[in-house]
Amino acid sequence: MNHRHLKNSIFKYTCILVVILSIAILGILIGQIIQQGHSWVTMDFLKNFPSRLPSRAGIKAGLWGTLWLLGLTALLAIPIGIFSAVALEEYMRESKIKKWLQINVSNLAGLPSIVYGLLGLSIFVRGLGMGRSLWAGSLTMALLVLPVIIIASQESIRAVPKTIREAAYALGARKWQVVFMQVLPASVPGIMTGIILALSRVAGESAPLIVIGALTFVNFVPQGPSDSFSALPIQIFNWSSRPQEEFHGLAAGAIIVLLGILFSLNLVAVFIRERYQRYRT
Amino acid sequence: MSIKDTSNHAFNIQSLSVFYGPKEAVKNVSFKIQEKMVTAVIGPSGCGKSTLLRCLNRMNDFILGLKVEGKIFYRDENLYAPKVDAASIRRKIGMVFQKPNPFPKSITKNISWGPKVNGFTGDINELIETSLRRAALWDEVKDRLNDSALTLSGGQQQRLCIARAIAMNPEVILMDEPCSALDPNATSRIETLIHELKNRFTIIIVTHNMQQAARVSDETAFFYEGALVEFGETDRIFTNPREKRTEDYITGRFG
Amino acid sequence: MLKKLNADSFVKWALYSTLLISAFTTLAVVFVIGRESFNFFSQVGILEFISGTRWEPLLDPKSFGVLPLVCGTALVVFGSALIALPMGIAVAIFLNEFAGKKLRRIIKPILEILAGIPTVVFGYFALTFITPVLKSVFPSIQVFNALSGAIVVGIMILPMIASLTDDALRDLPNTLREGAYALGATHFETITQILIPASLARIGAVTILAISRAIGETMAVTLAAGATPNITLNFSESIQTLTAYIVQVSLGDVQQGGIEYLTCYAVGGLLFVMTFTLNVMGHKLISRARMVQL
Repeated sequence: MNHRHLKNSIFKYTCILVVILSIAILGILIGQIIQQGHSWVTMDFLKNFPSRLPSRAGIKAGLWGTLWLLGLTALLAIPIGIFSAVALEEYMRESKIKKWLQINVSNLAGLPSIVYGLLGLSIFVRGLGMGRSLWAGSLTMALLVLPVIIIASQESIRAVPKTIREAAYALGARKWQVVFMQVLPASVPGIMTGIILALSRVAGESAPLIVIGALTFVNFVPQGPSDSFSALPIQIFNWSSRPQEEFHGLAAGAIIVLLGILFSLNLVAVFIRERYQRYRT
Repeated sequence: MSIKDTSNHAFNIQSLSVFYGPKEAVKNVSFKIQEKMVTAVIGPSGCGKSTLLRCLNRMNDFILGLKVEGKIFYRDENLYAPKVDAASIRRKIGMVFQKPNPFPKSITKNISWGPKVNGFTGDINELIETSLRRAALWDEVKDRLNDSALTLSGGQQQRLCIARAIAMNPEVILMDEPCSALDPNATSRIETLIHELKNRFTIIIVTHNMQQAARVSDETAFFYEGALVEFGETDRIFTNPREKRTEDYITGRFG
Repeated sequence: MLKKLNADSFVKWALYSTLLISAFTTLAVVFVIGRESFNFFSQVGILEFISGTRWEPLLDPKSFGVLPLVCGTALVVFGSALIALPMGIAVAIFLNEFAGKKLRRIIKPILEILAGIPTVVFGYFALTFITPVLKSVFPSIQVFNALSGAIVVGIMILPMIASLTDDALRDLPNTLREGAYALGATHFETITQILIPASLARIGAVTILAISRAIGETMAVTLAAGATPNITLNFSESIQTLTAYIVQVSLGDVQQGGIEYLTCYAVGGLLFVMTFTLNVMGHKLISRARMVQL
């Protein structure tokens, strides 16, 4: 009996240890970054362009590039993602076509981001002649995150109880009224989660952007969607690959700003979720 | 052959049969339902009473593989004629469901949504108050109209659903076992409510509770395995049934 | 009471048209990669690509054997799986069997935060923390090394494994646990002898999906593991993954249609085939496992 209990305890504490280790890794990661980067995050840092001299380098170009990307990609991917999910969940009957579309979306979600970069290079940058512009970048990123939004929205729509739809139809409402005025509002929390996941990827991914040719050394801010651009994660990558210590500090500072953006996005999502949760219990 | 019906019946059901695939759930049913009365539909589980009820406002349209044969006339119009718009039927023929299903919105929005999507342009607040009063819920919620409907008790939610149906100003209210998810107190409040409502609306109530049917209805239809066994005045059905099966069911020999 | 189809029909077809975009994406990927790969293979034989052991597409004498890149990817991927699978499953077991509702509500968000951290950040972390730590333990380790890459990719796929395995354990009927405990089994015995075997199919599927994800990892391995195509089993050496190669070429000046440009697509095609196959297998396994349970 003791033998079994000993095994049980060892197992339990091993699991606990692993959990603690995982949390510790997160802590160390954030701690390291803050320690190495906080001194670099100054107003000048935010306002300057990259430079060969670490003391004069800043993230202005990358920051604005990322903000532009976030805006444009959101405009492109969010409506299409939500509408695709509505089409799949509310309008399509179970059929082979639907099954294939579903599988297709799942597979696209698992495609390496760099393959999306190759796609964007061929179709947007070269094929459609957009060059290395924000248009090409956002369209590529939109294709990348579209499956994420579709899948999260689908799950959320599916979770809305059938009885709500029944009640709405029984009042003489038409299908589009039931879907857009009852079902969709009720699925907002889950859809928000999907949107935030998607936007987080847009802010953090650099591989596809590098492939389509987003620049690494940029000393201007994009004025419009046809301009070329850089992005925050590209800047981080660039500085991280340099051997000098100061560039690592700059990279850490840029990471702090990037994580700050991600954090704010999540806060917005939580806020919107709370507002819609008010009526759910 | 389409016969135009000109008496004051609300519904004239003619040879109605409903099939779930190969299975016949409603077997060649014919009877007439009167205006401004409460008609109860009773019978053991699986006898087709809910299926029948859902034909009356075409809620069965949403079930794939369901086939409807026969005719249902509502005031001279065949509900199942080819070009009929189901949504407009449901504005006149409302429904209250077995489990209360308010929208996850405020009490106000629950009541105002139906009229608004159907183009209501009058005083919405007045409509809300009237509907809640008619559903005997106004006094309990008048101070918290903006609270979520889901904060109400089960019985209150069901009365809210009734108010929501009333707000559409229908001619008929269909009730699919409206009290089966409620406690005895809430149940009796709704039964009282039904007595008041029948002055304004034709009410058809499906119930597995015989005593409720006896208390609440003017006419009763007894169904067994998809077929209409007997139909008539409630008092007579319960005291002097003509069919043996009716008598057996009422006396509890099966159920 | 005549039917008014206009609004509903319009909405329906407008919605269906949005579905075309995700359908188009897959077709576009296949077409683009297929076309450029075809161009590549008309200049370089498939056999050389698949079985060659030297990858030097940029400098003379050029060689287009992709095995070094595959080896680099394999080292990182399997290393990361070795780390993340046991850990992820342990975390999932903890969440399901040992943690109360409160702990779950704290730990799950932490995992989500870990999952949301961009890959460049992990690359930075590998360079500035993990590799120095490794160097203090193994002084002979190179600045860019496969182990650092494997560790950091492991951390990245850990939340995914934990979360999916957690779902798998939650889908198990409670009666299974109750039956085991009622016979006097300990936690350890119930979990290792009843629950895990019962969810083996799901866990297998999770593994496949995690490996697919690890194969696609780019920036972190580019920063951590290096740019040296190399066939080796030595984790302390610098290697290059399939993904890192594409980044390297993209950072340089590449002539369109030139052989370097085409190599990106050939390598990309290989990535596509690998991850696509694994994803299809993984999802099929999960849906089959779910059906069996119902």
